[in-house]
Amino acid sequence: MSAAAAPPQSVLRFEDVSLAFDDTVALDHVSFEQAAGETRVVLGAAGSGKTSLLKTAIGLLKPDSGRVWLLGEEITCRGEHDLFRLRSRVGVLFQEGGLFDSLTVGENVAYPLENQQVGQAATPDEIERRVEDALRFVELEHTLDKTPDELSGGMRRRVGIARASVTEPPLVLYDSPTAGLDPITANTIVELIAKERDLRDTANLMVTYRYQDGEIMANFRYNPDSGQMVRVAHALESNGLRTIFMVLEGGRLVFEGSQKELEASNDPYVARFVRH
Amino acid sequence: MLDILKPPVAEFQDFLVLSGRALKNVFRAPHYWDDVFQQMDIIGVGGLAIVALIGFFSGLVITMQMSRSLSAYGAVDQVGPIVILILVRELGPVLTAVMVAGRSASGIASELGSMKVSEQIDAMRALGTDPIQKLVTPRMIATAVMLPLLTIIADLVGMLGGFLIAYFTLRLTPSQYWTPAYQTLEYNDLVQGLLKPFIFAFVISLVGCYYGMQTKGGTQGVGRATTQAVVVACVWIFVLDALLGRIFVHMG
Repeated sequence: MSAAAAPPQSVLRFEDVSLAFDDTVALDHVSFEQAAGETRVVLGAAGSGKTSLLKTAIGLLKPDSGRVWLLGEEITCRGEHDLFRLRSRVGVLFQEGGLFDSLTVGENVAYPLENQQVGQAATPDEIERRVEDALRFVELEHTLDKTPDELSGGMRRRVGIARASVTEPPLVLYDSPTAGLDPITANTIVELIAKERDLRDTANLMVTYRYQDGEIMANFRYNPDSGQMVRVAHALESNGLRTIFMVLEGGRLVFEGSQKELEASNDPYVARFVRH
Repeated sequence: MLDILKPPVAEFQDFLVLSGRALKNVFRAPHYWDDVFQQMDIIGVGGLAIVALIGFFSGLVITMQMSRSLSAYGAVDQVGPIVILILVRELGPVLTAVMVAGRSASGIASELGSMKVSEQIDAMRALGTDPIQKLVTPRMIATAVMLPLLTIIADLVGMLGGFLIAYFTLRLTPSQYWTPAYQTLEYNDLVQGLLKPFIFAFVISLVGCYYGMQTKGGTQGVGRATTQAVVVACVWIFVLDALLGRIFVHMG
């Protein structure tokens, strides 16, 4: 029927998606649609279904009901092997980085290039070059031969960002990239994410409990000439810098809209995120 | 009544699904041979010393215990055949398997469990690798190859332990011990002695992987998964041993 009806420019679409683990509801009839090049910031307290939303988006979790489209293809009923091709076009940063302990930093970043079918098989030289580029981007090129356990929490996230973006996917998902980090490191991480977005024009879905993360994503832009983050005046109207906020409460999507609308919201739960 | 049965049945079903997929992956590309050899090294070479030690002492102890009753009947020269049958048919496979379960099922469960709770399994899936293919199948193949070999070594070292007692306390000559022992062994005994560890290997590796992949609830969950893996693997080893023993005793 209309299985492939999702508009081509939508990178991610949820239609009435519900998911429960035993008795706890993780997602409760969630529907939204994310356009290409768009940034989405999902706010929510712990246990509000943020991570489940992200994992459902790439088929790591199967919804109990509802349908999910990823990069224009429905993934709700796809088998695991069938999903690999699609997932290779999505970058994911897991909460603690999700780096493989048994591999070095360099091998971790090379992993997607070696194991995902991204175009033609890359030559070893090309893989090496791209790994170095990706690590230079997060300013960790000197850690190439270290193992993840030698790195700090912030550095692990940065390696995770390098690994998520090394294949240059059109959509990158970030699971609480700043959780458990000090404010300074946290801002560095979010600025890296924004920089990655602006240099490659990717769509982002970031789940977080920190409103400041969304604030940076919505109002700052990387200026490649000066190499710095600059505040954008009238962010919402300016050249395609679209950031949409979503708020999850107990698996339900209780808010979806711009930063202005978010700050004007009277909902006490939504307002709690904005205030601090 | 049925509600009580539901969780264990569902769990067993999940276990069978995992086992089925792990077995199917043996015949499906990609094969991660590096991981297979690495696991063989960890499970087989790593377990060699402890398995040899256990084998040695079990052979030693059986001979010591048997010698009293045997000398009461004046049948001390029968010690070789008795020790070799007990070792090859029962104690070699079972003790080795229990030892490897303690070493490897726990190691596998805790390694996979930590990977699960630190989202490395999810990361693997997100990066286009089937964790069953990459983690479970290599461990299963490695254990299935190494456990029979470890059992053979345990049997041999156990015979050696028995020989020390036979030689020094029972005053048997080497040929009085080794020749009847060797002649007693039948095809049936050897098949039983090698088939058992081969089957136990699947139990150990798959139970370890199953509990590892099922881990929930952070570091505490890893500890729980590890304990469960060892306990469940050991229980299955003894149950299957009795079952297989029954089949082979009738065949013999």
